[in-house]
Amino acid sequence: MLDTFWNVFAIVIIIGSILGCWWLLHWTKGISDRDDEDDIHDTGHVWDHDIRELNNPLPRWWLNLFNITIVFALVYLALYPGLGNIAGFLGWSQENQYEEQRAEAEAATAEVFARYNAMDLDALIRDEAAMETGRRLFGQNCAMCHGSDARGADGFPNLVDAHWQWGGGYDTVLATIDGGRNAAMPPWAPALGEEGVPQVIEYVRSLSGLEHDAALATEGQGKYAMFCIACHGPDGTGNPALGAPNLTDDYWLYGSDRETLAEGLHEGRFGAMPAFGEQLSEDRRKLLAAYVIGLGESAAIREGRN
Amino acid sequence: MTYNDKVVRQFTVATVLWGIVGMLVGVLIAAQLWIPALNFDIPWLTYSRLRPLHTNAVIFAFGGCALFATSLYVVQRTCHVRLISDKLAAFVFWGWQLVIVAAAITLPLGITQSKEYAELEWPIDILIAVVWVAYAVLYIGTIIKRRVSHIYVANWFYAAFIITIALLHIVNNLSIPVSMWKSYPIYTGAVDGMVQWWYGHNAVGFFLTAGFLGMMYYYVPKQAERPIYSYRLSIVHFWALISIYMWAGPHHLQYTSLPNWLQSLGMVFSLILLAPSWGGMINGIMTLSGAWHKLRTDPILKFMIVALSFYGMSTFEGPMMSIKTVNALSHYTDWTIGHVHSGALGWVSMMTIGSLYCMIPRLVGKKEMHSVPAIDLHFWTSTIGVVLYIASMWIAGVMQGLMWRAFNDDGTLTYTFIETIAATKPYYAIRLLGGILFFGGMLIMAWNTWKTMAGAQPVEVEAAEPANWDSSAAAEGAKA
Repeated sequence: MLDTFWNVFAIVIIIGSILGCWWLLHWTKGISDRDDEDDIHDTGHVWDHDIRELNNPLPRWWLNLFNITIVFALVYLALYPGLGNIAGFLGWSQENQYEEQRAEAEAATAEVFARYNAMDLDALIRDEAAMETGRRLFGQNCAMCHGSDARGADGFPNLVDAHWQWGGGYDTVLATIDGGRNAAMPPWAPALGEEGVPQVIEYVRSLSGLEHDAALATEGQGKYAMFCIACHGPDGTGNPALGAPNLTDDYWLYGSDRETLAEGLHEGRFGAMPAFGEQLSEDRRKLLAAYVIGLGESAAIREGRN
Repeated sequence: MTYNDKVVRQFTVATVLWGIVGMLVGVLIAAQLWIPALNFDIPWLTYSRLRPLHTNAVIFAFGGCALFATSLYVVQRTCHVRLISDKLAAFVFWGWQLVIVAAAITLPLGITQSKEYAELEWPIDILIAVVWVAYAVLYIGTIIKRRVSHIYVANWFYAAFIITIALLHIVNNLSIPVSMWKSYPIYTGAVDGMVQWWYGHNAVGFFLTAGFLGMMYYYVPKQAERPIYSYRLSIVHFWALISIYMWAGPHHLQYTSLPNWLQSLGMVFSLILLAPSWGGMINGIMTLSGAWHKLRTDPILKFMIVALSFYGMSTFEGPMMSIKTVNALSHYTDWTIGHVHSGALGWVSMMTIGSLYCMIPRLVGKKEMHSVPAIDLHFWTSTIGVVLYIASMWIAGVMQGLMWRAFNDDGTLTYTFIETIAATKPYYAIRLLGGILFFGGMLIMAWNTWKTMAGAQPVEVEAAEPANWDSSAAAEGAKA
C-alpha cells in the first residue's frame, strides 16, 4: 500500500496524463482549423531544399479512436484497481481471480477424486483411469527430474525398477512426496587422505562385484569401516531411512566408474527433492504415490519377484 | 561551410556490417531451437549466451549505428549547419564501436547482469553513458547552432530518443559492483522488475520507435519528393507518444507479483498509446499519397511503405497483447517473439534499409545505388522472410498458449511441457527459413553498398542556404 502522499501523487499524475491527451487535442486546434477542411494548408516551412510540411487536419476516425481510448481508460480505472490504493468498483484483483478459478477447478474435479479416494491401493493401481491421471500428474510435476518415462537421470532415482532409495512402501513414498527428501553425504576426501580415496573406491566397487584392484580394496575396507559404515551399513546394503544407497547391487544413482565415485568422495552428494505438500492437494499426492508404487510393482513383476 | 559526412559514412558501413553479424547470430539460435545439437556443446555457442548477443547486436549495433548515421545526417541538413565538432563525432563513432566489441566478447563469455536488453556489465555501462552524453552534446549542440528558426519534426523525435535513452540507461543500470565483471542492481524484488520493464519497454518506445520515426520523417518525404502530410498531427502524436509510452512498461509483468494497480496502468496506457502510434503511420503513409505511382518503379519507397504498414500492425498488436485477458494467453509464448520481430524486422529494419538506400548514393556523390534491381530483390527477399517469420510465430504462440491451458476432466493439464515443444518444432523450422531469407537480403545489401561506395571519392557537400520562409508562415511557426 502506498502512503497518503504517494497515493495522491500517483492519482494526480495518472489522471493528469490521461486528461493531458485530451487537452493536447483541443489545444492544437488552432494550428489547423477544422472549419476549412478542404483547404490544404502549406505551412511554408522548407528544409534541405525540398522538405516541406502541409497542415492537413487530423483524420476524424483517428480523433474518434483517440477519444474512445481515453474514455475507456477512465471507465476502466473506475472499475478496476489502477488509481493507487483505490480498489475500483468491481473489487477485482488477480489474487481473487486466481482463488475463484481454483475453486471452480476443484469443484469440477471433485467427483473424479472422490472416486479415487474411495479406492484402496491395489484397486487404484489396477484402475486405468486413475493411473492415467497419475501419469499426467507425474508428467507435470515429477518428469523434469525423474524423466517423462520415470527412468530418472544421473542423481535422480529411476522409479521403474525395484530399488527404493528411501523405501518403497506406500506411506514412505507418500512421505517423500509430501515433505521432499534431502540426502547428505559429506565430502570424505579430506578425512580419507590422498591415498584413502582410491582405496575406498576399489572396495566399494568390490562390493557389487565390479572389476577392482584387490590390494587397494583390502586397504579400503578398513577405511570404509571407519567412515562409511554408519550410513551404508557394515555389509554395504545401505539404509533407506537415511536415503543411503545400497552399494552391493547393480543400481548406481550417480554412476559406478572411478571418476564419478571420486567426485562423490571429494564433493559429497546432496540429492534434494522438493516438498510437494504445499503445491499439490492431498488427493493428488495420494494418487501420485499409488502411481509411483505401481511403477515399481510392475518392475518387480517383470523381474520375477513379488 | 560543408557537412561532416565522414561520421555518417562510417556509421552507415557499420550498420550494414553489424546487421549481418547480428542477424547471423539470430539465424544460428533460431536453428538451435529447431536442432539443439547445433550448439556443438561449446559453452559460448549455447543459446543462453548467444540470445543476448543477438538482441544486443541487432538493437544497439545495427539499429544503433543506423540511428547515429541517419540522425547526424538529418540534423545537419535540416539545421543547415555542420556538426559542432568533428572530434566529438569521431569519439562517438569509435566509442560506440568499442561498446559493441566489448559486448561481443563479454556476452559469449557469460558475463551478464541478467537484465533483458541491459545485459552488459557495469564497466561497459559506464562507457555507454559517456559515449551517449557525447552524442547528446553533439546532436543538441548542432540543433542549437541551426540557421533556421523552426526545428524540423525529425529532430524532435531524434532528440526525444537521445535524451530518454540516457535517462533509461542510467537509472536501470544503477548497480553495486562486486568485481570487475559482476555487479548487483540497487533495486530488489518487484521494484527491480518494474524498473527493468520501465527501461525495457521504453527502449522499444524511444530507441526502436521514436528514433526510427525521426528517420521516417526525413527519408520518406525525401525519397517520395512529397511534403509531410500534417504538421498538427506530428505535434499531437509526438507529445502524446512520448508522454504515454513512459507508462506502458508494466504490461510486461501482467499476472506477476507487481501490484494490481500498476498492472492495470500498464494495460490502459498501452491502449491509449494506439492512436499516438498510428499518428506516425498516418503521417508517413499520407505523405506518400500523390506519389503512389512511384511504388511501381522505386523499390526504396516499397521498403518504406511496408515498414510503415508493419509499424501500424505491430503498434495495434502491442496494445491488444497488453489486455490482461489476451496477455494471459500470449505471455511467455512465441507470439511475443513474433510481435517483437514484426516490429524489429518489419518496421525498424525495413525503415533502416530504405533510408540507407536513399542516403548511401548521396554520401558518395552518386544519383542512385549501383543496382536498383538488387534493391528490388532485397525487398522481396526480406518481405517474404518477415511474413514467414511472424506468421509461424503467431501460429506457434497461440498453439502453445492453448496447449498450456488445456485441462482434462481430472484437473490435470492435457499436455506436458515437452509435448508443446514437440508441437512447435515445425514452426521453428519455418521461422528459421524466414530468418535466413531476411539475412540473405542483408548480404545483397552489403554487395550493393560495396559496389556503390568502393572507390568512390568521399564528397564534401556544401551546406544548403536556409530557404526564405514567408513571414506569415514564420509567425505561425513561432506560435507553435
